Amino acid sequence: MPEPSTAALRPTPTGVIHDIGYQRYEGARLGRRQVFGALYLHGLRTAFGFGRSAKAKIFPWLVVGIVSLVAVALAAVRSQIGEPVATYAQFADAMSWLVIFFVAVVAPELVSRDLRSGVLPLYFSRPLPRADYALAKLLALVTALWLLLGGPQLLMFLGAAFTTKQGMRGVWNELLDLLPGLLYAGLWAVVFASVGLLVASLTGKRAFAAGGVVAVFLMTTPIVGVLSILPSRAANELAGLASPSTLVQGVGIWSLGDLLVEGDPGEMMIGGFGPVYALAAVLLVAGATALLLARYRKVAS
Amino acid sequence: MPGACRCLCWASTPYAGPVTLIATQSLTKTYGGRVTALADLTVAVEPGIIGLVGANGAGKSTLIKILLGLIAPTSGQVSVLGIDPTADPAAVRNRVGYMPEHDCLPPDLSAAELVTHLGRMSGLPRTAARERASEALRHVGLYEERYRPVGGYSTGMKQRVKLAQALVHDPDLLLLDEPTNGLDPAGRDAMLALVHRIGTEFGISVLVCSHLLGEVERICDTLIAIDGGKLLRADNISAMTSATDVLAVEVSEGTEELAARLAELKLPVARDGRLLLVPLADDGTYDLILGAVAELDLPLHRLDQRRHRVAELFATRELTNA
Repeated sequence: MPEPSTAALRPTPTGVIHDIGYQRYEGARLGRRQVFGALYLHGLRTAFGFGRSAKAKIFPWLVVGIVSLVAVALAAVRSQIGEPVATYAQFADAMSWLVIFFVAVVAPELVSRDLRSGVLPLYFSRPLPRADYALAKLLALVTALWLLLGGPQLLMFLGAAFTTKQGMRGVWNELLDLLPGLLYAGLWAVVFASVGLLVASLTGKRAFAAGGVVAVFLMTTPIVGVLSILPSRAANELAGLASPSTLVQGVGIWSLGDLLVEGDPGEMMIGGFGPVYALAAVLLVAGATALLLARYRKVAS
Repeated sequence: MPGACRCLCWASTPYAGPVTLIATQSLTKTYGGRVTALADLTVAVEPGIIGLVGANGAGKSTLIKILLGLIAPTSGQVSVLGIDPTADPAAVRNRVGYMPEHDCLPPDLSAAELVTHLGRMSGLPRTAARERASEALRHVGLYEERYRPVGGYSTGMKQRVKLAQALVHDPDLLLLDEPTNGLDPAGRDAMLALVHRIGTEFGISVLVCSHLLGEVERICDTLIAIDGGKLLRADNISAMTSATDVLAVEVSEGTEELAARLAELKLPVARDGRLLLVPLADDGTYDLILGAVAELDLPLHRLDQRRHRVAELFATRELTNA
């Protein structure tokens, strides 16, 4: 037993059961930050199905598998033809459907399950403040989404870095391309996690929650379509605000420019409204988070 | 095992002295200004096992939630373990374990995983949480089953898991909301025995809620009875039940004669419909009543010790005082 002296106070696993009665706990009690960290890690593990049944692992890992496969394929093609097929940011955009699918599976897993089983009183009768519960879950989902996009981006980077013909200079240039890509993945993660988790937190039924998440993200795209064919240039340029995906892309076009839309402008023009898109994204995330916190102030009291 | 003996050596009794465990002062809670859940409740109890009895809707759960700082009282003061839960709920919850009335267990987790996780949520480090979880589950009587998903448990096992999660962080006070709910008679007895053991051997104070007085009076030191949000009585259990042990006598005919005969024997008789109620002084009371019935040759229908239900407790108290 390489454990410190406190091990003497515990029932040592000698293979014999001693009934030594109830023992008071004299050890350390961690503070709010560590409890928050524990809940966050627990949420992150739940997102990928760790510590859960095999069934709970299928969907998250299916998405992870597809996204990684695409990244590896892109890296392979690039090493053959010597030119990037898609930038890191374009990769994130191309994966948006899978991100939506992932949120629809994982967000209900994180919050709806707890609502359904009625376990929340057990959390809220502990020192942890209600807001911490909601924020830890949100942060876990943000991290999971960021890993979902950032991990494959890293694969693409490794593929490019090992096949570059320009030596260290090539690797450095590639890294400069990767970092904005990772930031863009972070933007996807924050927007989709905050909206998705808010929708999922409204119901304890996982199927409804998943449907609601998909609906919010996909049903808004026709609105974008309608707005973008209106005979008003301003309406066309602001159309992207109507849906989370196009909103994120709008911010991307504004901030990343040719990393997202190479050379000629893409099909979605945002004109000079870039800052409006950025502001809208910030407001959307802040609003969704505020509503999530409000939801958890009320629930299960 | 050198450290093992320490646990029972009253290391657990920082409140062994005459410290107030729970105190409320004019505590009132109204929902939406109309529904009154608690009305001007003033009570103070010392550590031990406290029974909180009242009919459904009497305000028991509301009181527990106020004690936990989950809801704020409309007016009045409250203190738990000397801390005000409205001002510092985290400090109270650190030292209190709560077992809710309703189903609250995720079916797909095992008891060991759930209780470990909730231990961590109470601030236990990873290893300590795992150890305390299996200890708590062992104390409530769950052994190998604890690795199976909770969804397959019986009601009795689920109640035990709920109790274990309240114990995992070693609280100084347990708040148990209807712990015997949904259990069969044997399960009720086992749960009550467990609660009694926690209150006596573990050195943890327990507030146990029930709508059945007969159930909690067996294990409690103190009893708080509330009805419609108002305090009916809060007292030491012995003081309470000695005044209320009553024999109910029913004869098919000649009730008047028997009442007169018993009065001659200096027994304070009270009428309650077709029943005669006689305070139970000792076993001799039975003999006197049986003697009187035999003497008058009356058909005895029933002679039993009245079951204590909350309403009867106070009904008979009025009768005996009259």
